[in-house]
Amino acid sequence: MTAIQALPRDQQTMESIVEQMLDEARKAGASSAEAAASNDLGLSVNVRLGEVETLEHHKDQGVAITVYFGQRKGTASTSDLAPQALREAVQAACRIARYTAEDSCAGLADPALMAKDWPDLDLDHPWDLSVEHAIELARACEATAREFDARIINSEGASTNTMRGMAVYGNSHGFLGAYTGTRHSLSCSVVAADEQGMQRDYWYSVARDPAALESPEAVGREAARRAVRRLGGRRLTTRQCPAIYVPEMARSLIGHFVGAVRGGALYRKASFLVDALGQSVFPDFVRIHEQPHLPGALGSVPFDSEGVATRPRDLVTGGVLQGYVLDSYSARKLGMTTTGNAGGVHNLTIEPGEQDLDDLIRTLGTGLLVTELIGHGINLVTGDYSRGAAGFWVENGEIAYPVEEITVAGNLRQLLKGIQAVGRDVNVNGNIRTGSLLLEQVTVAGE
Amino acid sequence: MSQVLQIAKQQFMEPAGLTEGDLDRVLGGLMGPGIDGGDLYFQLTRHESWSLEDGIVKDGSYNIEQGVGVRALSGDKTGFAYSDDIRMPTLLEASSAARAIARAATSGTAAMRRDQAGHSLYAPLDPLATLDEQAKIDLLHRVDAEARRLDPRVSQVMVSLNGVHEVIMVANTDGTLAADVRPLVRLNVNVIVEGKGGRREQASSGGGGRSGYEFFLDEERALGYAREAVRQALVNLEAVDAPAGTLTVVLGPGWPGVLLHEAVGHGLEGDFNRKGTSAFSGRIGQQVASPGVTVVDDGTLAGRRGSLNVDDEGIPTQCTTLIENGVLRGFMQDRLNARLMGVPTTGNGRRESYAHLPMPRMTNTYMLAGEHDPGEILESVKNGLYAVNFGGGQVDITSGKFVFSASEAYLIENGRVTRPVKGATLIGNGPEVLTRVSMVGNDLKLDAGVGTCGKDGQSVPVGVGQPTLKVDGLTVGGTST
Repeated sequence: MTAIQALPRDQQTMESIVEQMLDEARKAGASSAEAAASNDLGLSVNVRLGEVETLEHHKDQGVAITVYFGQRKGTASTSDLAPQALREAVQAACRIARYTAEDSCAGLADPALMAKDWPDLDLDHPWDLSVEHAIELARACEATAREFDARIINSEGASTNTMRGMAVYGNSHGFLGAYTGTRHSLSCSVVAADEQGMQRDYWYSVARDPAALESPEAVGREAARRAVRRLGGRRLTTRQCPAIYVPEMARSLIGHFVGAVRGGALYRKASFLVDALGQSVFPDFVRIHEQPHLPGALGSVPFDSEGVATRPRDLVTGGVLQGYVLDSYSARKLGMTTTGNAGGVHNLTIEPGEQDLDDLIRTLGTGLLVTELIGHGINLVTGDYSRGAAGFWVENGEIAYPVEEITVAGNLRQLLKGIQAVGRDVNVNGNIRTGSLLLEQVTVAGE
Repeated sequence: MSQVLQIAKQQFMEPAGLTEGDLDRVLGGLMGPGIDGGDLYFQLTRHESWSLEDGIVKDGSYNIEQGVGVRALSGDKTGFAYSDDIRMPTLLEASSAARAIARAATSGTAAMRRDQAGHSLYAPLDPLATLDEQAKIDLLHRVDAEARRLDPRVSQVMVSLNGVHEVIMVANTDGTLAADVRPLVRLNVNVIVEGKGGRREQASSGGGGRSGYEFFLDEERALGYAREAVRQALVNLEAVDAPAGTLTVVLGPGWPGVLLHEAVGHGLEGDFNRKGTSAFSGRIGQQVASPGVTVVDDGTLAGRRGSLNVDDEGIPTQCTTLIENGVLRGFMQDRLNARLMGVPTTGNGRRESYAHLPMPRMTNTYMLAGEHDPGEILESVKNGLYAVNFGGGQVDITSGKFVFSASEAYLIENGRVTRPVKGATLIGNGPEVLTRVSMVGNDLKLDAGVGTCGKDGQSVPVGVGQPTLKVDGLTVGGTST
């Protein structure tokens, strides 16, 4: 088996596909158009109880075209990159634009905002990984987890994944940009048991450069440690208490904040942070900034999905909301300028504090350490928040026992304002980078 | 040859110049020593979406995807490759990549082909063509007008219309050749209302099924969604903080059946049980619910969102009894897990697309009706929560802990439904919760056709349903203590 290195189509071919579609759109009478194409290759291997369970070869491609006739818009996409299919996609988009309404805010982003040149973001690190080696890594990962503790009695397996992909975007302003990036991961999920029942937990490491991955042994050990420590979970009585969200859970909380300052939610007034610009949303020690050009980071991109140059900026300084998360459409709806966030935020980072998790637990004193959240009980219109949780009860600065089958609830406005400390235990396995968060108060429902 | 098989062959084989002999060659190439079987899954999906907001139809999109997935099975190992190119050289290449799982050196032969007929639960039509474009636009405007007409507090209305035309064909090394043409439509309304003091609330409603768009015109169904969304949003404007703690909960009929999907459904999927990672593993024959509780997974309901004529492995769907009168009876299976567990398949092998592997998934999961009048159930509760609408849910299969989030709920005080409360997440333990069902209503209802289930990153359309249920003790995650 060969490694995931050479993509099925080179950059020149992909760029010419995009140009061809823009050309077709112009010929069909579109006043402006934009097209995006992608081309990915990947391999994933899952090993369970020491044996290969699945071996998957991934090969995906697709192209999407949006046409504007004045301010009427139509979009079409296809996974077939043959010339005939591309023409049909353009025709389908044009047909749709005959029926959509004039929308004064519709259109491409301002040409002056297009990215002109960009630094090498160090995104592309193909992994010379044979199937055999991928299997070995997953085996080592799972074996470490299974040997970690006699109470690890079962496994959902360990996986090695590697992916390389190219993204091309072009529009009728004459912008044409492309970048190639990789994403590799190791993950492991195991089951621990005692007389009370079973608990499953997992761990993973993901990076653009395989050299930056945690070792298979480290991933396996962490998965096992997390599964075992959940054994013997108790319920809590209903109460109000302070809480710590570990980085993986803190990320979701910051994600809800991002959802509430996204242009789409704001112009619809579907956010609890409508008109919050310039307001104190977090306590004054909190800084949240975007770092779209961080070399080798998972969320780094040279331009957003409208070709707009990305740039570093502060979203929150001194706890005060400095800007929204906008694409060109929502920006026009709000009478503002796009922030280069079509497609989302880029390496959104909460400035870490001084304390590690142990320090935070001591600062917490007595309260809840949240290590898992499930469910979707978030209402961004009102900020009402209620999710299933598991974690640990902390007494006098020390972990006392695991807890499960409880909920944590509050209102996001108060939860964000009630952040008392940000940990320095930053997790970089994602596009939102945060350490643990110490929250002043949540409502816990239980027995 | 059935009509759907003819449609599928015209779609996948004729343009690529593939013959039946070619299929046999690829399947034969998949077989060999150490290979237990394999399949080719051809799929075409054409999807359109129209959306209205601010009173105008702003967006329309059309997506077309076609490809083939090739799978080889060896014991509990699966090799898998796929391509958007359905020509012979690519099929052979994918087949060789997939069979590498067994390191087989020589090829075998596939079994004699036999056409597997499926049910006829829906017409093999292209729903995108069942209304002309202007009529789709008009439908969205009528829904918008209805929502705005109902109450001046309605400040934003978003309406979306989606249609999917899907054609699939499965050729298995055991000789099975099956096809299905699966229409799927959905309409969704989301409204935001603004009340006194600038307080805002939202609500959604919608529905759909395996049919053409005329479904939404029948009995003013689409306008009904608008009315329902506005009603719910206005109720929520008056809602007070939900209680926090363990309460008696009465669940309304229909969509609250998401309880069953999360609490027991996922835990009864064959893969988790073969591996022994489900909280229900090894519990067949045991009492897992109150007497009187019977839960089925039924893929054979005409026109329902979760129904399939054949599953994605070419096996006709069926009605599988999961829990019968409180006793755990069976699991939902795909071919791989059924073979490894030595039990029959149940027609639950589903996949999101040709680029994903099939696994055991639910279709329409619901609880059969009991004997109690819903009014009698509510009257029996001194203090509790009456939850009638829900958003999504989630479950941890292994610990059995599950959640589902109420989006419309009321307090029950002295047997009477009183104040509305804000949305809250309910949490429970799957193997335990149905043993606390103390009354089952006589009002079984299925949901309106909005469910999408996610598992291992794959989404498939599903249905749920139940009668009114009384559960003695569920934890309600509100903020009022």
